[in-house]
Amino acid sequence: MRVPRRGLALLAGAALAAASACSPATPPAAKTYHVILKDLMFGPLPAQARVGDTIEWDNDDLFLHSATSAAGGFDVDVKAGAHVPMPLTRAGTFDFICKYHPGMKGRLVVSP
Amino acid sequence: MTRLFATAAAVVALTIAGAAHAQAAKLNDAQIAHIAYTADAIDIAAGKQALAKSKNKAVLDFANEMVRDHTAVNDKALALVKKLNVTPQDNATSQALSKDAKAKLDSYAKLSGKAFDKAYAENEVAYHKTVNGALETQLIPGAQNAELKGLLQTGLKLFKEHEMHAEHLAATLK
Repeated sequence: MRVPRRGLALLAGAALAAASACSPATPPAAKTYHVILKDLMFGPLPAQARVGDTIEWDNDDLFLHSATSAAGGFDVDVKAGAHVPMPLTRAGTFDFICKYHPGMKGRLVVSP
Repeated sequence: MTRLFATAAAVVALTIAGAAHAQAAKLNDAQIAHIAYTADAIDIAAGKQALAKSKNKAVLDFANEMVRDHTAVNDKALALVKKLNVTPQDNATSQALSKDAKAKLDSYAKLSGKAFDKAYAENEVAYHKTVNGALETQLIPGAQNAELKGLLQTGLKLFKEHEMHAEHLAATLK
């Protein structure tokens, strides 16, 4: 089916109007993702994290750890038993380590 | 100097292997707990010596990490033996470890500056390798209690991390 260009513009306008009526420019609700640190490893990282969401580092280990990434601009100390929230402010793919136990590695992907 | 420490490390490895082998059949959980606690305590003492003697930030950071991590393991070990109502039992392996550690502390007490830093870092590499070997081949397979075995497995992961960190530190001091 061919739709004239003018028709397309009208359709697009209608779609926009419908979208704004359904969800008046509300961004998706910010989420908190828990990442567990245990046995000298980082647990699974979220696949859908976005800027505005929060990662909470939950240290279930016996030891002081950190989540450290120069590229990601974060360096968070997480004491044994502590739960430390870290708001995501930057989009990108960030490799991070525990600076105290550099064999502990992870990769955090944050969408805009 | 390097050869001296390599030799010393080899002697410790043989001592532990020999003592552990002689006891392999009869190491019980109380003895295994004692060996693990002793191994941690030795590294804490070495770390405290480094904190008192070194002025190198990387060495001090590493020593702080050793004291903090091994203290955490030993606090957990003490809580566990209390819970299990087990009294850690002294044995030939613990004694061999302690005797060698005392000799090292005395020997390193005479060093200072870069010589001390280098000796400490190189010995940390050798020591963690030795203890990893003992954990993998003797202590973890020998432990009967599941919680003790689990703690030893955590200890092994930790010691491997420390070994890597010590290797990195030793390389920067060469």
